[in-house]
Amino acid sequence: MSKVRVLVGTKKGAFILIADGTRKNWEISGPHFAGWEMYHLKGSPADPNRIYASQTSGWFGQIIQRSDDGGKTWNTPGSSPEELKGEGGFPKGESNKFVYEGEVGKHLWYDGTSHPWEFKRIWHIEPALTDPDTAYAGAEDAAIFKTTDGGKTWKELSGLRQVKSQLWQPGAGGMGVHTILLDPKNAKRIFVAISAGGCFRTDDGGKTWKPITRGLKSQFELPDPDAEVGHCVHRIALHPSKPDVLFMQKHWDVLRSDNAGDQWNEVSGNLPSDFGFPIDVNFNEPETIYVVPITSDSLHYPPEGKLRVYRSKTGGGEWEPLTKGLPQKDCYVNVLRDAMAVDSLDKCGVYFGTTGGQVYCSPDGGDTWNAIVRDLPAVYSVEVQTLK
Amino acid sequence: MIRVVLPFHLRNLARADGEVELAVAAPVTIGAALDELEARYPVLQGTIRDHGTLKRRPFVRFFACKEDLSLEPPETPLPAAVVNGEEPFLIVGAMAGG
Repeated sequence: MSKVRVLVGTKKGAFILIADGTRKNWEISGPHFAGWEMYHLKGSPADPNRIYASQTSGWFGQIIQRSDDGGKTWNTPGSSPEELKGEGGFPKGESNKFVYEGEVGKHLWYDGTSHPWEFKRIWHIEPALTDPDTAYAGAEDAAIFKTTDGGKTWKELSGLRQVKSQLWQPGAGGMGVHTILLDPKNAKRIFVAISAGGCFRTDDGGKTWKPITRGLKSQFELPDPDAEVGHCVHRIALHPSKPDVLFMQKHWDVLRSDNAGDQWNEVSGNLPSDFGFPIDVNFNEPETIYVVPITSDSLHYPPEGKLRVYRSKTGGGEWEPLTKGLPQKDCYVNVLRDAMAVDSLDKCGVYFGTTGGQVYCSPDGGDTWNAIVRDLPAVYSVEVQTLK
Repeated sequence: MIRVVLPFHLRNLARADGEVELAVAAPVTIGAALDELEARYPVLQGTIRDHGTLKRRPFVRFFACKEDLSLEPPETPLPAAVVNGEEPFLIVGAMAGG
């Protein structure tokens, strides 16, 4: 029988939640890396036992962890006891070495001056679709890095920072690459989204990038609402069967593109608020999408204290609230951008985590919800693996 | 041998129990002690001082013999009591406050 493994990154460690295909009874392990901020964990589609994790700390910086047995044991790549005994000589310990390529460059700072890029942490790790040793990492300050040796070393795809990056300016939440989408039909095409930077695409495997922001309007965030860069994109998502169709939750506005980001159109429709963070697509229905409306950029909690996922079965425009099993009063949590995921079972499971420490699961595409756990630290990220 | 005390999280990361003992060739300086520590535990590279610049991370402090050595240059010799193993060299996560 199929199983699901939910990988949860929190402010104080990582947790792994496992259930069979009914998604009713859960086995919970953790905290892994107790006390560390776990920004993101994600399994390789090519080898589900290979999981990468971003472990970070304001004191001790960035660590990359890797599991090769589905999260039972972990090592920092390149420094396992076996590797240290190798003939390679002096161990390098470079799995957490993220160095910007060439001239470091400068971006816009809060006071209008230019400020040099400074590496702070990895927000998101996206393992490659076909090779477990290849993965991409989204960094704050915004940049994308790539490993081809299972995380032992990382190299920046510096072309991204050639795209008017002198105009990127961090918002209060930082300036990080938080979304990396790999096109399953075109190995050379990658989409990334950056907080307070915008949305970008490469069609040559990461050498050159272009902004894909036509149609975005940020009248309250940018002096030029139609600017090419600088939009605060919160999340983008695609369905693997239709990778030219993208969905976006921007700071304000929910949008879709039918041509790989060349043009965006707003599909906020009847949402009670079009501010929010995550957006995701039902695995079995490419036009069924989910968002979690948040009151506003000043009030990071659900409208009216009611935690509602909104579902559109028409690819946006028409939305319905999903409330069964979710708190409908006195709820003031947030759902962060990387904290929603879907499995590939039929019916599609939808998962999200909150800043209040709950992880919810809907085993029926959003019709009903149950809390898998209620009292974790603030949830930063949720990913799910469907294990056959 | 010098004795090094790591903060909780770095001890876990390095999978080290209790104090770490290091043989550091003379002159035993702050930088030499950190070099030896990172050679023994490569996973600690980048967690105490930055890769490349080897600059101390802002919220990591170095204490020894009731003195704060955090702002001293890496070529600063460690106190004799640390060199002869009577006192530990403390690597400390700075107070969070609040």
